[in-house]
Amino acid sequence: MAKNTLSSRFRKLDIDEFDENKFVDDHDEAVDNQGPDGAEIDNLIRQGDMMTAFHIALRNPPVITKNPAIKERALAIVLRVLTSFKSSDIEPAVKSLDRSGVDLLMKYIYRGFEKPSDNSSAILLQWHEKAFAVGGLGSIVRVLTARKTV
Amino acid sequence: MSLYSFGLEPLSCHAWNKDRTQIAVSPNSSVVIIYEKKGNEWAKIHELTEHSGRITGIDWAPDSNRIVTCASDRNAYVWTLKDKVWKPTLVLVRINRAATFVKWSPLENKFALGSGARLISVCYFEKENDWWLSKHIKKSIRSTVMCLDWHPNNILLAAGSSDFHCRIFSAYIKEIEDKPGPTAWGAKMPFGEMLLETKDCGGWVHSVSFSPSGDHLAWVAHNSSISVADATQGKEMTQLTTDRLPLVSVLYVSPTEMVAAGHDCCPFQFSYKGPGSLKFVKKLDIPKQTSRGSMSAMQHFRNLDKKATDDESNELGCLHQNSITQLCIVSGTKAHVDKYSSVGLDGAMVLWDFKVLPTYTTYTKGCGHPVK
Repeated sequence: MAKNTLSSRFRKLDIDEFDENKFVDDHDEAVDNQGPDGAEIDNLIRQGDMMTAFHIALRNPPVITKNPAIKERALAIVLRVLTSFKSSDIEPAVKSLDRSGVDLLMKYIYRGFEKPSDNSSAILLQWHEKAFAVGGLGSIVRVLTARKTV
Repeated sequence: MSLYSFGLEPLSCHAWNKDRTQIAVSPNSSVVIIYEKKGNEWAKIHELTEHSGRITGIDWAPDSNRIVTCASDRNAYVWTLKDKVWKPTLVLVRINRAATFVKWSPLENKFALGSGARLISVCYFEKENDWWLSKHIKKSIRSTVMCLDWHPNNILLAAGSSDFHCRIFSAYIKEIEDKPGPTAWGAKMPFGEMLLETKDCGGWVHSVSFSPSGDHLAWVAHNSSISVADATQGKEMTQLTTDRLPLVSVLYVSPTEMVAAGHDCCPFQFSYKGPGSLKFVKKLDIPKQTSRGSMSAMQHFRNLDKKATDDESNELGCLHQNSITQLCIVSGTKAHVDKYSSVGLDGAMVLWDFKVLPTYTTYTKGCGHPVK
């Protein structure tokens, strides 16, 4: 408490915001991606074409934007695709990705782990196992160190 | 390759003297211990105890036989051997945060010191007043400088920082040296000029190394990647992401090959032959052939029950049992390294042999041996 006013309001102040040497990320001028198209993905899932839905879901990841709404939307779409996969189809899907694709998939998997729902954990763990087999510890380290996250 | 254990404490850094009979190490404390090779063992001969903070960098100048040490107490000392005793001289580095890394320049007339004060201190000896002075390079650096390496021309300095960038600066000090000629990195080199700034590397830059000619710069970052910038190809950068734990030290061992080591506890070899062609070559540690005595069936199943594995050993399958913190050339020059050393968090120092496999240009069929 402050001595004269007995108020604790000063504790809500974020002192780091006022630090003149505060580190700010490099500003990327590129227009960011808006995330995958939900309607298109829904169509493909209904048709049963999981592989294409998977590839489209991983396109245009909203990594640069700080807008949480866009990120949540993209995450929801990707998780829907991941949870609709059959266990046996996971491995060929992971094999069809390149290095940066596996890193991106790993980012989405860990975001999915953050909010477990009824059946998402089990399938996400299978995805994690297959992605780890291809990406190794390096892909997990890149999830932890990435400043541009999904 | 051979392993020497210097105790249980992690070894933060190490440096060799000119003929490699003595090694200066710091066991993660504020002292530097110098060991001398006696037969197959290392005997402690000196202890340098001037610092009050943890030692973060040691470098031993081979020709002038001076040691420079830096520590988290914001100081650096230059040690000279007088009457078989190492005497320290304080260097006025003028930093208000811990020093993180120190390196003598190739001609040993100056050294560079990286610090958490977001600047590099280039220090040289001023004869008139008989003390070490420093000049600061601050431009563009936005976080701790973690590693440094000198270009063979004694002027350019590469710095890796925890602001995810790697930069090349000019450390030309007009008081002690002549104006440098142009290099592939640039022609105008006033002190503090930045000749290269890489784009966001994706992680803290743990270690940088110039190639033997100075035209390539390699660095390793915390996102488990290794990258090379090529001055001869318009400063183009090539990055290779690995599927292992991050590397923390990188060293050029030939014009195209480099060795890097880190949290995977063993060194790896990488090769760079041009833009876009940065490749992993091989793991340089030979896994120990665990000689398992015959286990009875009872033992086997008991292990499976208790430990869920029948593997008796609890050691890593490589020489170091913990992360490697630093690599250093032992014999040969950067263009042709024969031996290099590594120290790690397990308190061990390992000497490695490096062999570049010879390339055979012609192979005569049917006669059984290749002809060069």
